[in-house]
Amino acid sequence: MFRHEIKEVLLLSLDTIRSNKMRSFLTILGVVIGVMTVIGMASVIEGLNRSFASGLSSLGSSTIFVTRLPQIQFGNLTQEQRRRKFLVYEDALALKEDCPAVAAVSPLSFPGLVTSPAKYGANQANGVQVRGVVADFMRIFDSPLDQGRFISDYDVEHRTNVAVLGSEVVDTLFPSLDPLGKTITWDGQEYVVVGTLQKVGSFLGQDRDNRILLPFSTVRKYYPNRRDIFVAVLPTSQETMQTAIDQIIEVLRRRRHVRPDQDNDFDVGTSDSISELYHSITGGAYMVMLVISSIGLLVGGIGVMNIMLVSVTERTREIGVRKAIGARRKDILWQFLLEAMVLTGVGGVLGILVGAGISWLVNAFSPLPSAVSVIWVVIAFSVSVSVGLFFGLYPANKAAKLDPIEALRYE
Amino acid sequence: MGKNGNRPMILTEDLWKTYEMGSEKIHALHGVSFEIRQNEYVAIMGPSGSGKSTLMNVIGCLDTPSQGKYYINDRLVSELSDDELAYIRNKEIGFVFQTFNLLSRATALHNVELPLIYNGTPSVERLERAKASLVKVDLGDRMGHKPNELSGGQRQRVAIARALVNNPSIILADEPTGNLDTATGVEIMNLFERLWEQGNTIVLVTHEHDIAAHANRIIHLRDGRIERDEIVRQVEAQKPQPQTTEAAT
Repeated sequence: MFRHEIKEVLLLSLDTIRSNKMRSFLTILGVVIGVMTVIGMASVIEGLNRSFASGLSSLGSSTIFVTRLPQIQFGNLTQEQRRRKFLVYEDALALKEDCPAVAAVSPLSFPGLVTSPAKYGANQANGVQVRGVVADFMRIFDSPLDQGRFISDYDVEHRTNVAVLGSEVVDTLFPSLDPLGKTITWDGQEYVVVGTLQKVGSFLGQDRDNRILLPFSTVRKYYPNRRDIFVAVLPTSQETMQTAIDQIIEVLRRRRHVRPDQDNDFDVGTSDSISELYHSITGGAYMVMLVISSIGLLVGGIGVMNIMLVSVTERTREIGVRKAIGARRKDILWQFLLEAMVLTGVGGVLGILVGAGISWLVNAFSPLPSAVSVIWVVIAFSVSVSVGLFFGLYPANKAAKLDPIEALRYE
Repeated sequence: MGKNGNRPMILTEDLWKTYEMGSEKIHALHGVSFEIRQNEYVAIMGPSGSGKSTLMNVIGCLDTPSQGKYYINDRLVSELSDDELAYIRNKEIGFVFQTFNLLSRATALHNVELPLIYNGTPSVERLERAKASLVKVDLGDRMGHKPNELSGGQRQRVAIARALVNNPSIILADEPTGNLDTATGVEIMNLFERLWEQGNTIVLVTHEHDIAAHANRIIHLRDGRIERDEIVRQVEAQKPQPQTTEAAT
C-alpha cells in the first residue's frame, strides 16, 4: 500500500461518510457514546484525583484517626457498635501522655446539626461548619493562621467563648472590618473572634473555609448530648506510625476495659485507609465506565460491520472495476478497512468532543472538579480506530475476495 | 515490449474453459488458439453463448483458462496468481466496458488517475498523464466533471482515457457502443479508429456486425470454437502489417 494511496482512500472514505451523513452518524453512535462516557467519566475522576491528592496531603499523610464507630463501613451499625462507649476528652489526653510515639493529639467535638447562621451585625454566614478543637489542631491539620491567635489550652480549660474563623466566614461577616476582637453570634451564643485562618480550599466536597473553630470544651458545654468525638493523632514521625497505632490501641483497650478475647470497640485509621477507600470507589467508577463504553463500542462495532457489509454489496461493481484496472486484493482490503477505521475514528473524535464538553459543563456548573485526561483521549481514539479495524476486517475481506468477473456483472 | 511486428503481442494456445454445473461439464472454450500482433484492430464476434465473454475475460486476465497457454508479450500469464494478474491487468490491459463503469463520485480526471494509483505512480506524474489521456479523447475541458454531469458518449470517452492512461499492450473493449445511440456510437468508433492509427492495439468484443466492421480482422466464435478468422480490411503499407495465422472455416 502506497502512502498516496492511503491519502486517496482516506479522502474517499470521508466522502462516503459525507454522502451518507445520517446513516454514518447512526452507525457510529455507539462509538460516540462509548468514547463520550470514557472521556466524560475519566475527566471527572481525573479531577477528583487531583483535588483528592492535594486535599490528602493537607490532611498530613501520617495522621491517625481514632473514632468510636468504624470509619469505613457499608450498611447499618450492629448492636455491638451502637452500644459502644463514647470516646472522651480524657482518652485524648491519655493518648498524648501514655503513647511515646505520639507527638500531638487533637480531639474534635461537634455541635451536631445546627442550621442557624453565624451573625455579625446585619451580616449572616450560612452553612458554616462548627468544630470544637484544641491547640494541637494546628499541628495536625494544615490550617495556617492568618491573623490573631489560635484556640489555646487556656481556652479549652476554661471553656471560653472565643472563635477562630475560616476565610470565607471572615469575608461574609467582615467584608470591610477587622474581625479581631469583634463578637459574633451563633446558635444563641456569643463568641469573641481571636483569630482567622488562611484560605485552604475544599476537600472531598467539604468547604473547609466556611467554618468556625471553637474551644473543644465550649462545644461540649453547649451541646452536651453530642458526645461522639473524633480524635486525630500525629505520630512523632512517619516511621513510628505503626508503633503509634499499636500504642493507641493498647492504651484505649486498657482504658475501655476490653477483654483480651474481645475485638477493639473503636476504630483506628489513617489517611492511607481513606485513600484506599477513595481508590476503591473510583476503581468502581472506572469499572462502570469501562462496562458502559465497552457496550457502546461493541454496539458501534457491530453497526460498523453491518454498514460495511451493506457498503460492500452496494459497491460490488465498483470493486469489480477497481480490480479490472489493477487493484490487488490487499488494495481493496485496505480501502474498506481504512473506511471502517475512518468511520469509527470520526465517531471517536465526536465522542471525545462531546466528552470534553461534558467535562467542561461539570466544571462550570457543579462543585465536582474535572480535567480532560490526555491519556484517556489517546486511549479512546486508538480504541475506536481499532474497533473499526476489528469489525471492518470481515466486510473488507469479503470485498477483497470478490471475483472481478462476478463483481463486474453485478447489477 | 514487442514493438516489432513479428512477435505476437497476444498468443493463445489451445485454450479451454470448463465449468461444472452439477454433474455436467460445460465447455465455454473449446481449444481456442490465435495470435494478435502489435497494432492490430481485431473484433471478436459471436452470438450469446458462443464463449466470447469467457474469451474476453481470459484475454483481459480477469479469468484463467482451465487448460492451455496464454502469453502476453511472451509472458505466460495463464498460470499467474490473483495479484500477479492484477498487475498484468493494470499494465497490459485497458478495459472499456459497455456500461462505462466509472466511479460515480469521482471526477473524470480522478477516474482516469485510478489505474495509476494502483501502480504507485507519483501524484504529479499521475496528474499529468491523466490530463494528457483526457486530452487525447477530446475531454480536456471536462476534467472536473463527475460522470453524472457528462453525456453517455463523454462518459465512454472518459473510460477510454482511463484505459489508455497506462499505455497498455491492448485496449479491450466489450460492446463499447452497446449503451449509446447510433450517432454517439459512430463517434466512439471513430475515436477507436484514431487510436488504432496512433499505434494502439485494439480488441473489440461485440455481437453487432456494424461495429465489428470497423475492425481489420474479425474472429468469429461459435460454441467455444473459432469458426472463422478473417481479414476484412487490408491496411495501408506504412502501417505494420497485421498477419493472420489461422484463416480456418
